[in-house]
Amino acid sequence: MTTLALTRATLMKDLCMEWRSKDAINSMLFFALLVVVIFSFAFNPTAEESRQIAGGLIWVAFLFAAVVALNQTWARELRNQVLDAYRVSPAPPNALFLAKTVGNFLFVVVLECLMAPLFVIFYELRSVGPVWQLIVVALLGTWALVVNGTFFAALSIRTRSREIMLPLILFPISIPALLGMVDATTSILTGEASPDFWIKLLAVYDIVFTSICLMLFETVLNAE
Amino acid sequence: MSATAPSSPPVIVLDNLVKFFGRFAAIRGISGEFAAGRLYVVLGDNGAGKSTLLRVIAGLTEPSQGSFTLLGAKKVREVAYRVGYMGHAPLLYDELSGMENLRYFAGLYGIHDDEVARQAMLNVGLDPDLSRRVGQYSQGMRQRLSLARAVLHDPELMLLDEPFSNVDVHSAHDMAAVLGRVRDQGKTIFVVTHQAQLMEGVADEFVHMAAGQIVDRQEVARKGAAAEPALRSAP
Repeated sequence: MTTLALTRATLMKDLCMEWRSKDAINSMLFFALLVVVIFSFAFNPTAEESRQIAGGLIWVAFLFAAVVALNQTWARELRNQVLDAYRVSPAPPNALFLAKTVGNFLFVVVLECLMAPLFVIFYELRSVGPVWQLIVVALLGTWALVVNGTFFAALSIRTRSREIMLPLILFPISIPALLGMVDATTSILTGEASPDFWIKLLAVYDIVFTSICLMLFETVLNAE
Repeated sequence: MSATAPSSPPVIVLDNLVKFFGRFAAIRGISGEFAAGRLYVVLGDNGAGKSTLLRVIAGLTEPSQGSFTLLGAKKVREVAYRVGYMGHAPLLYDELSGMENLRYFAGLYGIHDDEVARQAMLNVGLDPDLSRRVGQYSQGMRQRLSLARAVLHDPELMLLDEPFSNVDVHSAHDMAAVLGRVRDQGKTIFVVTHQAQLMEGVADEFVHMAAGQIVDRQEVARKGAAAEPALRSAP
């Protein structure tokens, strides 16, 4: 069976399990909703101020919400030690990693689609720059978060306090990507600068870290 | 000490295997050869190193010292298609039904024929059409499904850790009989268990472990192959 076919099979299995349990999407949604509401009470900005700070607000909300889902990614595989069944099989480890990453990507994209209208309403957001660029930044930024998040979640599954370990490892390494996401989003919303540099930075970041994660995942999967 | 049959090459060759967890040695210098087409029953008290030995052989944990060959290969991954492993935990997804679980795990071995998964469930006495999720199965049903998962790709070597735990006596006898018949088809089976009496009619050899070492190997005369075709259906 090819890596692609196994990735698809594992992804479908994960989506089916998430559809039935709704563990990740519910917790992400409530968390992101809380952040949006609390920030709107805390700042109460004008439309112009909103455009200046929204990039940071949006991505902080998505980053924290994504961590909630990422922590649950491998929890399913640890229950009943199902991961051992994958490890003893001849299936390529990267198929598992890719399936988990794509699954998390889809969960966070769904969250972003649901939360975007709320950001518009609560912060009176209107984009001065082209909206399609926001979509590109959202996709590249989300992939940057989930590819590292899935990898480091796998790295921390055998640690006792993995819920704390994941953000401790993930946030520092995500700083360049976060900088790119926030500045690109702010540039597009305000229309004051070109987001091209930040979009290219995000694309390069995604390629580099996806490659590194794929190269190292087998070692992480079999680590004791 | 070696029990290798003269006609067949050994399936497993262990050479001074040692496994440390921190400073604790779970297995201490195990060597030996195990022949093909035999049913080995590994016995020993809790902490004797039985499960650790099985995990090392399955490639789930690296030995701290020593080496081993499995089906002629130095790396377990090279022969993963030919090995089946049943862990102490069920190794199943609670959120999926029995068939959904088996269908997924069959895919990991490149098997896409639903009939294989159906037959594996029937062989352990479970109904393939049962839509109930595994999380709602009884412990005994999980154990049966776990056995079906381990053997659905028809492996040459089966490593089974406590396959009878939480299974009622009747079903456990049925499972033992099934294992005997599978051995009769030329498969090699390692069963770690505390219930030696269940295996008395079907085992070829009892391997006794204590304090991380193999302390005794007893060959037994077989009483004959079991007769029943499959396990009784579970509720």
